[in-house]
Amino acid sequence: MAKKEYSFYPGCSSEKMGSASNYMTSVNAMCDELDIKLNEIPDWNCCGASIGYAGGGELPRLALNARNLALSEQHNPNQDVVATCAACWLSARETRERLQEDSQLMKETNLALAEAGLNYKAEQPVRHMVEVLIEDFGYEALGEKVKKPLEGLKIAGYVGCQTNRPFGIDGESFENPMYLDKLVETLGAEPLTSYEKKVQCCGGALAFSEPEKSQAMIKDIVESAYDQGADMIVTPCPVCQLNTEVYQDQINKTYGTKFNMPVVYYSALMTVAYGQDAKAAGLDGQVIKARKLEAIAGK
Amino acid sequence: MSEAIKIGAYICKGCGLGERLQGANLAMIAEREGKANIVREHEFLCNADGVAMIQNDIDNEGVNRIAICACSRRAKTEAFAFDNVAMSRGNLREGVIWVRPDSDEMRETTEEMAADYVRMAVSEVKYMKPPTANQTAEYNRHVLVVGGGISGMTAAIEAAKAGYQVDIVEKSAALGGTAANLYQRIPDRSPYQRPMDTGIDTLLSIIDAASNINVHLNATTTKIDGAPGHFAVDISTESGTTTPKLFGAVIQASGFFPYDANQLPELGYGKSADVVTQLELEALAKTANGGAIKRPSDGKDVQSVVFVQCAGQRSDKAGHLPYCSGHCCLTSIKQAMYFKAANPGVDANVIYTDLRTPGAGGEDFYRSGQEAGLTFTKGIVTAVIPGDQATVQFKDLILNQDTEEKADLVVLATGMIANSGINIDQAEEAKAAADAGTTVAVDFIGKRESVLNLTYRQGPDLPHLKYGFNDSHFICFPYETRRTGIYSTGPVRRPMDIQQAVEDATGAALKAIQAIENAGQGRAAHPRSGDLSFPSFQREGCTQCKRCTVECPFGAIDEDEERFPVFNESRCRRCGTCMGACPVRVISFENYSIDTVGQQLKAVDMPDEFDEKPRILVLACENDAYPALDMAGMNRVEYSAFVRIIPVRCLGSMNLVWITDALNSGYDGVVLMGCQKGENYQCHFVKGSEIAHTRMSKVDDTLESLSLEKARIATYEVAITDIHRAPKLINDMAKTIEEIGMSPFKF
Amino acid sequence: MSTANVAAIEAYRNNFLKEVEGNVEEGEWVKMCMQCGVCSGSCPLGSAWAHPPQELFMMIRAGKREEVLTSDSMWMCTSCYNCIVRCPRGLPITHIMHGLAHYAERLGLAPKNQPTRKFSLLFWDNLVKTGRVNETTLGIKLYFMNGFVEGVKTALKNASIGLGLVKAKRMNPMSLIAHKGCKGKADIHKIIAKAREIEQAKTQQK
Repeated sequence: MAKKEYSFYPGCSSEKMGSASNYMTSVNAMCDELDIKLNEIPDWNCCGASIGYAGGGELPRLALNARNLALSEQHNPNQDVVATCAACWLSARETRERLQEDSQLMKETNLALAEAGLNYKAEQPVRHMVEVLIEDFGYEALGEKVKKPLEGLKIAGYVGCQTNRPFGIDGESFENPMYLDKLVETLGAEPLTSYEKKVQCCGGALAFSEPEKSQAMIKDIVESAYDQGADMIVTPCPVCQLNTEVYQDQINKTYGTKFNMPVVYYSALMTVAYGQDAKAAGLDGQVIKARKLEAIAGK
Repeated sequence: MSEAIKIGAYICKGCGLGERLQGANLAMIAEREGKANIVREHEFLCNADGVAMIQNDIDNEGVNRIAICACSRRAKTEAFAFDNVAMSRGNLREGVIWVRPDSDEMRETTEEMAADYVRMAVSEVKYMKPPTANQTAEYNRHVLVVGGGISGMTAAIEAAKAGYQVDIVEKSAALGGTAANLYQRIPDRSPYQRPMDTGIDTLLSIIDAASNINVHLNATTTKIDGAPGHFAVDISTESGTTTPKLFGAVIQASGFFPYDANQLPELGYGKSADVVTQLELEALAKTANGGAIKRPSDGKDVQSVVFVQCAGQRSDKAGHLPYCSGHCCLTSIKQAMYFKAANPGVDANVIYTDLRTPGAGGEDFYRSGQEAGLTFTKGIVTAVIPGDQATVQFKDLILNQDTEEKADLVVLATGMIANSGINIDQAEEAKAAADAGTTVAVDFIGKRESVLNLTYRQGPDLPHLKYGFNDSHFICFPYETRRTGIYSTGPVRRPMDIQQAVEDATGAALKAIQAIENAGQGRAAHPRSGDLSFPSFQREGCTQCKRCTVECPFGAIDEDEERFPVFNESRCRRCGTCMGACPVRVISFENYSIDTVGQQLKAVDMPDEFDEKPRILVLACENDAYPALDMAGMNRVEYSAFVRIIPVRCLGSMNLVWITDALNSGYDGVVLMGCQKGENYQCHFVKGSEIAHTRMSKVDDTLESLSLEKARIATYEVAITDIHRAPKLINDMAKTIEEIGMSPFKF
Repeated sequence: MSTANVAAIEAYRNNFLKEVEGNVEEGEWVKMCMQCGVCSGSCPLGSAWAHPPQELFMMIRAGKREEVLTSDSMWMCTSCYNCIVRCPRGLPITHIMHGLAHYAERLGLAPKNQPTRKFSLLFWDNLVKTGRVNETTLGIKLYFMNGFVEGVKTALKNASIGLGLVKAKRMNPMSLIAHKGCKGKADIHKIIAKAREIEQAKTQQK
């Protein structure tokens, strides 16, 4: 396979020792296997996620994202911008599309960027890592590299909100996207047949500010997977991973449930399936250990 | 032209018939019992070879009656189309082998079923004559349009463009109707952004220039006599002249009255000059002519306007209209945009419960209104209090609170009332009530004058269905009325806006032309397209009971001076309801009579009571029930082997003598299947199914006197989709007979 | 009342809809709502909104300025985008909600004790400092945003979560002391300041 190169936007949570640093670990291992070169955008800044609005406002948020994209144009010309974090991808892509549509906003944004000597042309598309995997590689090609099929694992594909809406992956339906299930199958594991909470919101940033309301939703997400006999949940979004993983003890206390459901990233699954060890897959970053996955990795 | 009857019976062996049935046996039955002159079997009767074989018998062997025992009469109609012969179809495929299981134990009853259908087919065709057209049929390519509003003008122009002569009779002094009083109209073209010119001037100039359109102003039709192809009309003017003229078809485009808003005092109408109806607003807009619209009370510019939707409509209150007038939401949006066009700063709010914007462009126009800054509030207005500014009190349904808004002007969206003339059924009801010395409530529309002045015995106007709108068989044939050759169009038929009226009028012109062309050939236009047969009656036997005259759904029968029925052939739709009604059985069609059905049911071989093989007669109307049974066969749904099905044109054509004959012949059960009746009727002849049900309800006494169980006769409403239900109804009767036993009339 | 609020009331006297159109992100879409209610029905936290989105749009049209801007409803939005993909008119509801929240905050009308408001402001202040989020300080500030006593309670309650993350090397206690962030910090501040300036000027014209 020829080497594929992308301009890479990791996002705040993927930083070293950040809340999604384990995601970054497995992404690196996965890209290694797939011969993908990630060129990090130099000095990238925070995207504002979906929670920066109270202080931020419209133009400041657009300008923040435009800075990243302008830096990418400058340092990684002609390369697609790829993000692994769902919120980063959403903010960056929304910014690009909004500025393409509204020439007045584009003008104003570039006025702001000019303060730093930058200019944004909105030429390169902004993509999520799973889009790259599915569109640039395809399930078949991804399957070819599998050395240790994840046999015996039943995995719930929790797509969540922001990789799914409003853009969607690979033209799939908003109400029942299948791409995580297809990926799980490609890696030799068994997906759930009807995971009703597949696109249920976990609360996102409100898990911090409205824990009760958010945990009520998280309980449903985990319970639905649990009821269908899933061994673990797979997700493409850092905040979903955090939210569905770390509050299970509190949820068990509140609702009397007995959850101990590991939540892993798709890149971790792939890394293990491609034959690398648990450390490379970032599995020691799991708060709830994915024992069954570790077992396959250790085989 | 009385020539000797020569019957050819043809047994097909294709489609599995040859494998399941014994063709030789059936042929023998046709010959020996049916007395067919020529009997032939064929492997594949509908192919070129089979058809040629039949044609050869017709051309060279003098065969003039053919009984084709093969598939259903609804199949292969192009293949089995022969001129100048009478034809019957024995339904052996959909009616026998496809509804019976192919097993050894069932073989005997299946054979018996097929044998009976062969007997029936031969017997039926014996009593049929190939129909010839009525000799009085004539061509008159002249269309009368009553009403010169946008519907009438459009119908006239379209008929004229197609090459027909048209006369428009308009009651007022000018053409244009209500549309001429509008400032602008709802747009009919993408992007549906702004109101557009009404286009009335263009229509007027087209009519002016057309050499084949004649306009009578200040005129009405004081008499319409006759039938399609020869309507004799008196056109009378206000000044007193009367012109008699002959027409081929009539289009009634008499439009609507606006609802009298004085019945809405709680909404401020009549109490404040600044509360107006939508039509009154059009007048204000015309005066303003693009500038600011002014308040009627003090002439100041309107800065805020509130539109109250469903004013006196969609309401059960006395004096209110119970229905929706269809156009008023779009009209309010249009009118609100008048204000915005002159001054975008005007506050325009539409208060509605449901916003109905029909038509392809309706939703787009709604969005255009929103983009122009109109606001829409979901709420119910309870009162409008007059004052320097009017106070509109309403309940906001989204915010769930009672609140109010002040406005310089309030526009009430009131409804349309059809100008549909006299409700002929109510006149009868009222007369019957008067005769009995009681009073009957007049409908909310009030006293009326006739619009058409038909000389039909059944009444001077088109029958109404609901709320004063013409009956138009809205489920199956929405352009038809219950008077053949007379088509209503525009808001007189149902509430509609200009775009719908234009389409509707074009359709009416098309139907008028169709009626004219068919009448010229003596053919029925619809639903029995192309039917040349028409009813005739034996005067000597007639007892002048009037049942045929009164029951005909289309008013086709009048009375002469001696009180005998007069059949107006081109008004007739050939349903046969008259034939079913006649107690002395003197009415018949050349190819459909008491005998064509009666002799069929008698031709069935009746087993005696010890054979334990009951016989069930099914009379199924050819419009819904018979197709449903055919489709049951196509889907291999099984039903009883003991049933014998005879299609009838309409259940209304069912004569009670068939029931008597069936019971006397030893049938154990009779099932009648017609279409849905009532307010949402599906009966293709409007009243037939209802009339049949009424007749059957009177049969219970007769059954008692014969000591027969009421359960032996069942009458059902069947829909064309009842592919599983219709067979079930037959099987239910079979079960009933098992329980109550065989008919005591078997011998 | 803040001066911004006073000025706005003056400028838009009695026409809240116009005010929203001029000042709220994607506010010109509000008039296109056709009141179908799918947004309210699709929202995962729908039952927690005092006034779900459909109602908020209606209230804006009905001129209920105070009730809308002081409401905590729009702060319930989790940015799940369910409403956006299902709205038959294509209204960008998520952004309008964020826009309303931001506008209310700017005018000083947002409910002071609304937790998501507090968190959102913390988040922004945090990221603006160095250009990247310092997750550890964010977490600590989050715990203590309702005061010291509450903070201790929350910290204790979430202690095991915090410890779990530290063990998994997904939280860096050292960030409390030192956090790298962006080299171009100053540039980022300039960009944001300029963007703010342009936005203010725009809204004063409308």
